Amino acid sequence: MKGLVTNTIKFSTVDGPGNRFVVFLQGCNFNCVACHNPYTIAVCTDCGECIPSCPTGALTINPSGAVLWNESVCNGGDTCVSVCPYDSTPKARYTEVADLLADIRPVAPFLSGITVSGGEATQQTEFVQSLFAAVKADPLLSRLTCFVDSNGAAGPETWQALVNTLDGAMVDLKCLDPEIHRSMTGQPNDMVLAGIRQLHQLGLLYEVRLLLLAGINDDPTLMRRTADWLADINPAMRVKLIGFRNHGSRPHDPPLVEPSNESLLSTADLLRESAPFDVCVI
Amino acid sequence: MVEMNEFQERARTLVQGESLGYDQRLRRLAVLATDVLPYPAISAACREALEKRVICDMFEGHAPYTARYILPDYEKAIRQGLSYLELPPPTDLDDAISFLQIMYGHVPSVTTYPVYLGDLDKVLAPFVDSELADEELDRKLRRFWIGIDRLIPDAFAHLDIGPHDSRIARSILRVERSLRQSVPNITLKVDPALTPDDLIEDAVRTVFETGKPHFVNHPMMVADHGERYAAVSCYNSLKIGGGAHTLARLNLKEVALRHSGSSDEFLDQTLPNYVELTAELIEARIRSLVEQQHFFDTHWLAAEGLIDIERFSAMFGIFGLAECVNLLMSYDGREEAARYGHNAEADAFSRRIVERVAELVAARPMPYCNGGAGHCYLHSQSGIDLDHNVTAGTRIPVGDEPAMFEHITTCAPHHRYFASGISDIFHVDETAVRNPRALVDIIRGAFISGMRDFTFNLDSNEFVRITGYLVRKSDLVSIADRGSARHGSDFLAAAAENEFHLTQRAVKRVGCHERDPR
Ligand code: SF4
Ligand code: SF4
Repeated sequence: MKGLVTNTIKFSTVDGPGNRFVVFLQGCNFNCVACHNPYTIAVCTDCGECIPSCPTGALTINPSGAVLWNESVCNGGDTCVSVCPYDSTPKARYTEVADLLADIRPVAPFLSGITVSGGEATQQTEFVQSLFAAVKADPLLSRLTCFVDSNGAAGPETWQALVNTLDGAMVDLKCLDPEIHRSMTGQPNDMVLAGIRQLHQLGLLYEVRLLLLAGINDDPTLMRRTADWLADINPAMRVKLIGFRNHGSRPHDPPLVEPSNESLLSTADLLRESAPFDVCVI
Repeated sequence: MVEMNEFQERARTLVQGESLGYDQRLRRLAVLATDVLPYPAISAACREALEKRVICDMFEGHAPYTARYILPDYEKAIRQGLSYLELPPPTDLDDAISFLQIMYGHVPSVTTYPVYLGDLDKVLAPFVDSELADEELDRKLRRFWIGIDRLIPDAFAHLDIGPHDSRIARSILRVERSLRQSVPNITLKVDPALTPDDLIEDAVRTVFETGKPHFVNHPMMVADHGERYAAVSCYNSLKIGGGAHTLARLNLKEVALRHSGSSDEFLDQTLPNYVELTAELIEARIRSLVEQQHFFDTHWLAAEGLIDIERFSAMFGIFGLAECVNLLMSYDGREEAARYGHNAEADAFSRRIVERVAELVAARPMPYCNGGAGHCYLHSQSGIDLDHNVTAGTRIPVGDEPAMFEHITTCAPHHRYFASGISDIFHVDETAVRNPRALVDIIRGAFISGMRDFTFNLDSNEFVRITGYLVRKSDLVSIADRGSARHGSDFLAAAAENEFHLTQRAVKRVGCHERDPR
């Protein structure tokens, strides 16, 4: 079973509980204005436009027209990513579950678990499911917990398919208001809201993440409604407030604004006043 | 031997040293005084290597009259009392604390301050029962801690806790977090089978506040030293009731600079030659301490059975492995491989060097070293403030460290050879503060991969680990501003900071070591 993997990180302290190995999958069904790693959104079309930009000759096109990336000469400078007109990268690779396991094994003694992030993990549910199942079946890895980091836009069948191998999900809620949500992501939020509820019912909701953009989705009234909606699901929910950062995101007109530290902290207070959430601000 | 006019010059510099407090002047003058005595007899080759600083005697003075690192058996002292100090065995916690405080003032060391304060969770255990509430225990330890910091203003003063969880260990960590002092230094002994995650996590939270404790692999230490061992000073692991007579260190970079020829010739000739010169120096210094100054025949700790020469050895330190490996790779014409920590060939060769040193040291009998079965303990020595352009111990150069997993896998294979400590430091960024469990995972993994001891340093921490000891950044600033500091080790830090730019290092750090008493 192969999945389209953008890259992996051996140690991460920010992708779920404990130290985690993170697999980033290429491709996303949202197109968020505030995406911090927009090059993971689209699958490479093999258009070849990035090839001449590479200073080290790491990119070539093969006779059947596929763009190939030679990791051993790549300098990691990401010129290709910055010139790609389609929010993609030539460096994502179709990777076997077995190859990922081979990468995870030496790191396993240092981990609480693995997290599949993206891109959007649930765009490759079958692959995620077989990766998790393989982890659970491997005697050296079976103690590792398996998490996904998701935009939440996956139907009930997705979570049902993962229920036996998934240990926890971290889900983004871009905005409770459907119109604002659509303007931020290009998609409605009904599936996200249903997914959060379903994951909680399955006992798999680890945390909900609110990414705040100043003046767009951080209005106090909206935040209070969001808090009430979340509290109705689980008043002790772990809620992570993430302030939007321009670094890594695409330019936007008018420019997107980073929320101030004070406004993040006051949003956190507002959430805590609504329910005994476990709020964490980053 | 120091000539009279040089002696006068140095004495004058010390007595007039504006950045030195009264007692710092006093202590440095005492070291200077022994430099007018003749150096222990050594060969011309050994003398030359010492003068050229290929080997280094850590400026212990010409006539050692105390062992360098002493680990009194405090548990025994508490049980039997001290006749020299006319103290009966304490009967309650207050008595025990003042007993220890008095005793600390009489434990000798080359810095004049004790480097080992005891495995305090065990030493104090008989005096803490369920009658005593946690708040009361915290209050008493807090007072004790303030006393330690003010009476023993030296970051090499070190105590140990673990591997078992206990109320005292928990209280010590709470007091540490609330006081945020640089003294005492602390080690948590971790036995993966005995130490609960929760205690390790409590220790990790303490690291975020104070840069302490250091973590040691308890089963690995027990295999080398037996149950009665402790980490002291800047992470030197030695036997309780014993210690180390002396520490001499070999600068592998300087050895490589004196070598011409292949790397095999280095391992067969040049390296053994300098290992022997270092051993010669160590032997001369041990004999001077034991046979000339009769330390063990005259000191009350020995007379009362609180130290035993049979539990002593000496420390054979190495440093500059990174430069040594890179030089030898380039001598062999393999410039591209000359990058220790980033090149598999360089890393493999580094292991051959360490293995060779270990083999040579293990084959060199050393007098009065029964603590090490008649041999020196190998130590990865982490630098002093005089070192420039040479990397501490077996570390990867500052700022050039690979990502943490690669860093651990490069360093871990060395750890088993260094019975008396190696202490790598891993730099972690602030995101870990919200996820202490991640560091618990890394600690467990590091021990599984064969690491002996290490600590973490947090990017934003108010404390900064210089070469092995800890200072508060605000104290460094105050030296720069006012030219004076309260802790003896802060001066070393100010100097080491300038040499190493350690606070600018990229993504982790390593720690260990001592003083230049001049
Ligand atoms: S990465 Fe982008 S620019 Fe390069 S071939 Fe793929 S789609 Fe084209
Ligand atoms: S990051 Fe992209 S542009 Fe840069 S060297 Fe690698 S393949 Fe070439």
